[in-house]
Amino acid sequence: MRLEAKYKWLPTPFRSLLLFSVWLLLNNTVALGHIILGLVLAIVIPLITHPFRTKQPLVVRPFRALSHLMLVLYDILTANIEVAIKILGPTKKLKPGFVKVPLDLNEAMPITILASTVSLTPGTVSAEVYPWPETVEGEDPNCQKYLLIHVLDLDDEQALINTIKSRYEAPLKEIFEC
Amino acid sequence: MDIVISVLLLMGGVLVLVGSIGLVKMPDFFMRLHGPTKATTLGMACLLFAAMAHYSQYGDGLSLKEILISLFLLITAPISGYMLIKSAIHHRIDSTDKTTGKDKIEED
Amino acid sequence: MLDTIILIVFAMIGLALLLNLWRLVVGPSVPDRILALDTMYINTIALIILYGMNMGTSLYFEAALLIALLGFVSTVAVCKYLLRGDIIE
Repeated sequence: MRLEAKYKWLPTPFRSLLLFSVWLLLNNTVALGHIILGLVLAIVIPLITHPFRTKQPLVVRPFRALSHLMLVLYDILTANIEVAIKILGPTKKLKPGFVKVPLDLNEAMPITILASTVSLTPGTVSAEVYPWPETVEGEDPNCQKYLLIHVLDLDDEQALINTIKSRYEAPLKEIFEC
Repeated sequence: MDIVISVLLLMGGVLVLVGSIGLVKMPDFFMRLHGPTKATTLGMACLLFAAMAHYSQYGDGLSLKEILISLFLLITAPISGYMLIKSAIHHRIDSTDKTTGKDKIEED
Repeated sequence: MLDTIILIVFAMIGLALLLNLWRLVVGPSVPDRILALDTMYINTIALIILYGMNMGTSLYFEAALLIALLGFVSTVAVCKYLLRGDIIE
């Protein structure tokens, strides 16, 4: 896990890249003037806002992140078709349920990404992180965390937990190296 | 090109409609949440990609800014879903009787 | 052909908006109603984009982007109010 970036003047390289591309997309142009203005904004805004941020782990392996993003996008596609069939099918056959997934991750940023991934993929919506983030101060910050998720159609609880852990959580651990 | 745009448009429309049908049809709040967070988000992405292709072909030159809205919706949909389910748990809204694992919800 | 398809999709999204309105009126609890509103603004973005395509202008894109931003912020603000009874503590 790495908290500080390599260069002082570029505290969050990926956020800078995002700002730069969003600026160009908003203006819908690749003119030289907009490229220069976008570069200035992409460097200055992270520098100014950096002191306000709490330290979060940085992406250590960008290519692994890219391939994980592709996997998630593919899963979103298939999951949507699955959920659409379940919604249109008979409601009585569905077996909804709550499942508690023990987490290996400990930092706020990777847990947020995992919760968002779980919300967008197969029939699950993440509901809560235990212990409550509000009360964790004063307690041991490294204690075991749980993610409560709601499942639309629950077949096998243990299989679902294993899928989430191996398919979505393990790559995140690699990407952030924590 | 027209065929690609049409297919994307129809797919987007059907997915948005499925999301709303899920919103009306499901018996309790937690199950209703599944339609809008997933189906509607992908439907919007399809519609916006269709719009992108349409403007690139009939407008002036390549137009990529529609990606911004789909990216924004893709990032924010899970977060608003999370806020909604958190407030539902806080207000102790009942789920249907056949829901398993209700005891896993901790009271604050 | 494209014009016909756009009209069909218009009808689909109008139907979806009506279903959302039904849930907004009936919805037994407050989170249900917020969820319906949230879905309604996303469908409105779709409607605006389709209207822009029908008219052949991309001027409406900015309006759609603004609705997306404000809709998300308002959903989170209302949820925060339900959770805490206060938006900014």
